[in-house]
Amino acid sequence: MHTTFPQLLLKHASERPAAPAMREKEYGIWQAHSWLALAGLVEQLAAGLHQAGLARGEHMVVIGTNRPRLYATMLAVQSLGAIPIPLYQDAVGAECIFPLNNAEVRFAMVEDQEQVDKLIEIRERCPQISNIYYDDPRGLRKYDEPGLNALDALIEAGKAFASQNPSWFRDEVAKIQPGDVAAMFFTSGTTGNPKGVVHTHASLLDRAMAGASFDKLTHAEEVLAYLPPAWIGQNIFSYSQWLACGYVVNCPESAATVTIDLKEIGPTYYFAPPRVFEGLLTSVMIRMEDAGALKRKLFAACMNVAKRVGPALMDGSAVGALDRLQYAIGDLLIYGPLRNTLGFSRVRVAYTAGEAIGPDLFTFYRSIGINLKQLYGSTETAVFVCLQPDNQARADTVGVPCAGVEIKLADNGEILVKSPGLFQGYYKNPTATAEVLTADGWYHTSDAGFLDAHGHLKIIDRVKDVGRIKGGVNDGAMFAPKYVENKLKFFTYIKEVVAYGDGREKVCVMVNIDFDAVGNWAERRNLSYAGYSDLAQKPEVYALIKECVEKVNADLSLDALLAGSQVSRFLVLHKELDADDGELTRTNKVKRGFIADKYKALVDALYEGKTAQFIELQVKFEDGRSGSVSATLTMDDAKTFSPLKAAA
Amino acid sequence: MATKKIGDVILDVKNISLSFGGVKALTDISFNVKEHEIRAIIGPNGAGKSSMLNCINGVYTPQQGAITFRGKTFSHMDSHQVAVMGIGRTFQNLALFKGMSVIDNLMTGRNLKIKSGLLMQALRLGPAQREEEFHREKVEHIIDFLEIQAFRKTPVGQLPYGLQKRVDLGRALAMEPQVLLLDEPMAGMNVEEKQDMCRFVLDVNEEFGTTIVLIEHDMGVVMDISDRVVVLDYGKKIGDGTPDEVRNNEEVISAYLGTSH
Repeated sequence: MHTTFPQLLLKHASERPAAPAMREKEYGIWQAHSWLALAGLVEQLAAGLHQAGLARGEHMVVIGTNRPRLYATMLAVQSLGAIPIPLYQDAVGAECIFPLNNAEVRFAMVEDQEQVDKLIEIRERCPQISNIYYDDPRGLRKYDEPGLNALDALIEAGKAFASQNPSWFRDEVAKIQPGDVAAMFFTSGTTGNPKGVVHTHASLLDRAMAGASFDKLTHAEEVLAYLPPAWIGQNIFSYSQWLACGYVVNCPESAATVTIDLKEIGPTYYFAPPRVFEGLLTSVMIRMEDAGALKRKLFAACMNVAKRVGPALMDGSAVGALDRLQYAIGDLLIYGPLRNTLGFSRVRVAYTAGEAIGPDLFTFYRSIGINLKQLYGSTETAVFVCLQPDNQARADTVGVPCAGVEIKLADNGEILVKSPGLFQGYYKNPTATAEVLTADGWYHTSDAGFLDAHGHLKIIDRVKDVGRIKGGVNDGAMFAPKYVENKLKFFTYIKEVVAYGDGREKVCVMVNIDFDAVGNWAERRNLSYAGYSDLAQKPEVYALIKECVEKVNADLSLDALLAGSQVSRFLVLHKELDADDGELTRTNKVKRGFIADKYKALVDALYEGKTAQFIELQVKFEDGRSGSVSATLTMDDAKTFSPLKAAA
Repeated sequence: MATKKIGDVILDVKNISLSFGGVKALTDISFNVKEHEIRAIIGPNGAGKSSMLNCINGVYTPQQGAITFRGKTFSHMDSHQVAVMGIGRTFQNLALFKGMSVIDNLMTGRNLKIKSGLLMQALRLGPAQREEEFHREKVEHIIDFLEIQAFRKTPVGQLPYGLQKRVDLGRALAMEPQVLLLDEPMAGMNVEEKQDMCRFVLDVNEEFGTTIVLIEHDMGVVMDISDRVVVLDYGKKIGDGTPDEVRNNEEVISAYLGTSH
């Protein structure tokens, strides 16, 4: 597709001027912005930025939640041949310093007072910042920070310029070439500084179109944009594919109303990481447990039918007439209303990616008639590498290579990708670029995996994380930490896990309980607790987690390759691992090495066979203050199974 | 940061005395409130803070003294009239309709502004419906302002205490008051909820220019957000001034910390 984002905007505005491009719920009503109105807004913003001095090739950051004016600003920046950088809105100030300085950013568009405060806080360390525009003026009236202006003022200024120079905008847009850099995304990175991933209009749009044609997306799709715009996944779904297909992107009222908004909009095309699907299921199950006996029985009976028949129906394989009838009754009584409650009544295609999804979780959604599928990709590949076709969705694979993609496996099991959607390189970081993007055009994903008998890609773990057990009974056995962690995380009671075992004689894990699920479980058993830390250390909770660990061990013992990765000892952490404390990445992946250092006392105690250990930690609160949390944690052993016994 | 503009005296309380039988709740209290300022009334338990608010909005009738609001002097305030004149309030022990949704609770705050009669509204006649839409829009702005969009249709009784306090504030805002009386808006809240509430109080003051009279126990909050503070102790005024002046006032220190006689 030989085009650019601003050109696509103009195309939609001239072909379907009155059709809604975006909707935003405000004051309780969904307010639509037509393509024509949006194009006008982008023109004014572009004119305003041009007058303010934003130059071709220069970078500008946008920070905020999904709002029409945020996306309009991205388009305006691109229209000028400048490059938008979306940053995570929940990142603390210090995390923004590197991207701002790395890309020599002078211009910033932010959502509200919270983001303005963040930039003011770090301004001394990023002295080049000259212009800050805010969308929502609330609370900012008294600020007299130099260079701080309302976005409304910028639009007003642009309006005057645009009306004096009516052809200016189209001329500017015509200058943009598909090969020009369109956007830069900073990867959170589990180690070191973040890296700016450079994408062109061509690479992003090529992948957007490949994904769209794979799932036959049209301009009639409805999408709810609720994940951070700085994450390439959200950006593809609510920006690249939005402009490529011309469908409607809906912006929720606030983060707290997403479930309500989801139900009201009823998206047809939906994307969420596994934890969102998990959260939805947990909320359903908690409410079901509170329902009356009759409802619970009906639910259980229908879900049994769904489990047996649903996946086969989704896969289009043969299903008996009686089963079909039972499923139809279940659909009438339970699945249909449930889909409606979840906001999935109209979903045609739903994707999950970013993390492994539990087989039970995956099957649950497919069994109630939601076409949930997996895909594989990363920021560097502009998302779409592998996709699951409609009838071939599996919990343990990520699908087949989609149009334009070539896949090759390196000797160490690493997956290599070649695709028109590959990034140009890491910004100002040729060394890091050379490490992953070799001269022959292959991108090294650093994921270990293989293609199964049906040509579907299966991911095991990060290549560098796959280790070996050293010493003890399982000497030399393969240890895949993420694989073990994911298996444990598939239990609703467990929110986060960190597993250790590489170069050690056994595997030990630290567990974060899921406060909602375990809290509800405890209430049901009249188990009183004062808060998260207290609940986490209850002997009953340890017994519960132990049961989960032993189930995983039993399961692992059946796997010839990973039987040695069974968990010998575990503990339940007294605080939730948090991105603000540097323990998780912004995309909520555990930073294993960092945690091992920070919780060294605990890890050592696990391996020394101690039954309890005291630890004191520094924590950062959301308002930026810090404090310390201390506790004495219990550790427990778990039963492991010998692979032989399981085989016998 | 630019300083906000504080106007002339809008509410002037002169020589108020209130007693219940032999109990003297307030003795000869005088202070004034200027337009657009945040004025705090502080004091130990039983100092007469809530009684003072109740005199201002007409729940109690003081035996002596007068209250001047926007140039009109009253020997006692009538609570309906007070509301019509533009003085709104929140309550220490929430007075919301627990079984009604957040929207309905906020709509009750618009009651005084609704012109159409009962019959018109019951039959949803054109003008009544248009009027309801107008008021609903006002209420939606308050919902947006207080960030309670997720709870529009939730019965208030099901909300956590901190959010109920916010709805209580919302209902008072719905009548678009010129002066807002807040009776311990942060009582019983955790640190985070207090921070949120502080921000809302400051934003109300700044965005709508509403004059705020607040009673509060949390000294940190009072000293941070108030422009001027009145200190009561056993029904008597023992201090009046900016937070700094009050903080260094000997009598106030001894009332709060006790003295060694």
